[in-house]
Amino acid sequence: MSNVWCYHCGNVCDDKSIVAQENFFCCNGCKTVFELFSENDLTCYYDLDQNPEAIPEEIQGKYDFLDTQKIVLKLLEFDDNNTQVVSLYIPHIHCSSCIWVLENLQKLQKNIITSQVDFPKKTIRITYNSAATSLKEVVLLLSAIGYEPYISLEDYQVRKKPVDRTLIYQLGVAGFAFGNVMFLSFPEYFEVNEFWLNQYKPVFRWLMLFFSLPVVLYSARAYYVSAYKGLKSKFLNIDVPIALGVSVLFIRSVVEVVFNLGSGFFDSLTGLVFFLLIGKFFQQKTYRFLSFERDFKSYFPIAVTRLTSEKKEESTQIYDIKKGDRLLIRNQELIPVDGILIAGKAYIDYSFVTGESLAVEKKSGDKIFAGGKQLHGIIEMEVLKSVSQSYLTQLWSNDVFTKEVASKFKTLTDKISKRFTIFVLTIASVTALFWLFYDASKTLNVFTAVLIIACPCAIALAAPFTLGNLLRILGKKKMYLKNAAVLEKMAAIDTVIFDKTGTLTATKEHKIRYEGEVLDSYEKQVLQNVVRVSNHPLSRMLYQTFSNLQKTPIDSYEEVLGKGIKAIVNGVAIKLGALSFVDAGKESNSLETAIHVSINGKYKGKYLFKNTYRPYMKTLFETLNPVYQLVVLSGDNEGEKSFLQKQLPNKTQLLFNQKPEDKLEYIKTLQNQGKKVMMIGDGLNDAGALAQSDVGIALSENINVFSPACDAILDATKFREIARYLTLSKQSIQVIKYSFVLSLMYNVIGLYFAITGQLEPVIAAILMPLSSITIVVFTTIVTNSIGKKIK
Amino acid sequence: MSVIYLLLTLSILVAIVFFIAFIFSVKKGQYDDVYTPSVRMLFDDELVKENKKSTNIKN
Repeated sequence: MSNVWCYHCGNVCDDKSIVAQENFFCCNGCKTVFELFSENDLTCYYDLDQNPEAIPEEIQGKYDFLDTQKIVLKLLEFDDNNTQVVSLYIPHIHCSSCIWVLENLQKLQKNIITSQVDFPKKTIRITYNSAATSLKEVVLLLSAIGYEPYISLEDYQVRKKPVDRTLIYQLGVAGFAFGNVMFLSFPEYFEVNEFWLNQYKPVFRWLMLFFSLPVVLYSARAYYVSAYKGLKSKFLNIDVPIALGVSVLFIRSVVEVVFNLGSGFFDSLTGLVFFLLIGKFFQQKTYRFLSFERDFKSYFPIAVTRLTSEKKEESTQIYDIKKGDRLLIRNQELIPVDGILIAGKAYIDYSFVTGESLAVEKKSGDKIFAGGKQLHGIIEMEVLKSVSQSYLTQLWSNDVFTKEVASKFKTLTDKISKRFTIFVLTIASVTALFWLFYDASKTLNVFTAVLIIACPCAIALAAPFTLGNLLRILGKKKMYLKNAAVLEKMAAIDTVIFDKTGTLTATKEHKIRYEGEVLDSYEKQVLQNVVRVSNHPLSRMLYQTFSNLQKTPIDSYEEVLGKGIKAIVNGVAIKLGALSFVDAGKESNSLETAIHVSINGKYKGKYLFKNTYRPYMKTLFETLNPVYQLVVLSGDNEGEKSFLQKQLPNKTQLLFNQKPEDKLEYIKTLQNQGKKVMMIGDGLNDAGALAQSDVGIALSENINVFSPACDAILDATKFREIARYLTLSKQSIQVIKYSFVLSLMYNVIGLYFAITGQLEPVIAAILMPLSSITIVVFTTIVTNSIGKKIK
Repeated sequence: MSVIYLLLTLSILVAIVFFIAFIFSVKKGQYDDVYTPSVRMLFDDELVKENKKSTNIKN
């Protein structure tokens, strides 16, 4: 039997019954999308890219909150009488077919006027006629074709921040001025003594002065501010010598032009600022589809269904939920607040909170916590605490999140700049003193020349280009860093802390092992048939491990909530579930997840569900062990302690039963001992620890979906590479140090000209760009060769 | 030789026009998304083809 692949999504079709226009489909959802597209002449969708695979999901009732005008208005970008504009985030956007179909939405729904995709951001901006259609209909259309938008509480609160484009403007101004000044100073370079050029020299010089004004006053402004702040806090950062250099260059050049003494250094001045800004610009690598600042708000829904006292359903904004309200949570919906389960079967998936993907079963009367996702059917709950006071969300009231932590971190460049500045100032004064006695007329000239030539352009460029380039290389390897400073911080790390569930263990995989008396083939068959009927997540997982099912009719079947299943198949009585249910009187071992089995009243054994640890966990720990102090912080019980002790190096500290706040406090304690801590976690419960640590890395199975606030987001498939990233960060520091040596050599050459009083504008104009370019070329080549070693 | 004043003024004026165009394009957000337009540009042909096909059927 050959496999058939779905024409729409490319998955293997289980049966071949779903056919439309001679194409096979894996499910009716895919078929519907295909039919919708073919009716509207949009089948070209399939020609553009192989398997765009946007699979529509069940969304019944999910967007009812978009009927509430108050909520809709908060989401809109623009609202006029008949026209509304909305920007939606669609995580599924990933290929050219996606862009094409989303920008042809008006063919599917006439009241959509235009739609425009921003691919790097994965957003779509839709303009529609609000008199004829509504936001809800637009969202439902998107969901129907498999592009479900992701609307979260974050969209509700945060008004769109205006994009800061200052750096681009500054760069533009500097580049513009630099180019023009270069042209205007050409006659000076060649010292043409033609009559007419000499006659017009002042015109050229005044024009250069005019062009350099916006550069000094606008483009270089950030350097004065930073230098002033540095001096104020008694700290000589790299911007101090830069600001000094720029000011001296400008003042001396103006003096030369005004008193007609020479041509000034306007070309060097504008070039310097231009190169510095390029470095700054290059360092800013942003991943527009990722956010490093998320909190629970980007995960929580905007509204939930509340039951009124007359048992009517109404959409309520999350912040309006009060203690005592009754809420209705549908399949796949998120529980927004702590509460008590009133009615319905609850299988709650807390994987976003803890990283544990096994659903927890709750029965009515049980307490349920915010952050879980209901997996099966509808439940009703009573609210115990409002959103901001729930167990999980309380974490965000911690100081780590509320205080703007002033960065105490000193970059390598800052460290060297102190010595450098003092060194330059000393040389300038000493040479000035020397010339004062030797040839007093040249004193001021030499003093300024030293300050000009020693302006640490190349030094200031070394770190941005090294780190910026590595940032890009790592981004390609699915390690996304928030900014360049993270790499430098990584190099200083001496303690690495791992979360257990979801970080060391793979979220999606579980090992199922049978322990006890061996079941014969008939007993297995009975078990299979019973498990097949059950909707319990554990049963579903167990069922998936069986193959070759022989169907047997079930005589009687009863599911006891929170306990297990009682069934009779062909006269064989079978009981599955908790130990106390299966084998009366015995208490289950609370540390393990298992399904116990008894047949005809006789206890047989149990199926144990174990987390599978990520492959290479052991190798990774062994590689890190000699260099770093390793800790495993787990919110779970100690069930896996002995296993981990066997697997991991002896020195590794293992801590269990850690609440989110405990993790945060633990890291704080280590930091107070002078440790530099890197935390690797995944769930919302690690959010505090990630924020507190020096470098917080969020491990994510799907980077588009969610990750808590952090310094870096790492794709889970790259888990084994962590050791190599740490080595790489150390190498990057080495590269920066070599670049410093290189740029200092240029400075020495320049200083020779300056001290001896022969610094001509043309020499400065050659030396400065040359040193900058050398640094850029050197760092790019070296970092690329380092980057090649990462897989 | 005072033609040089004219030439300088003209060249600087041209430069400033382009500079203003650059500032304007940045302000308008033309550089915010540099990827999608490159893909969108290639779609036009297909759309035309599609339209032709559909009109053929109607005829």
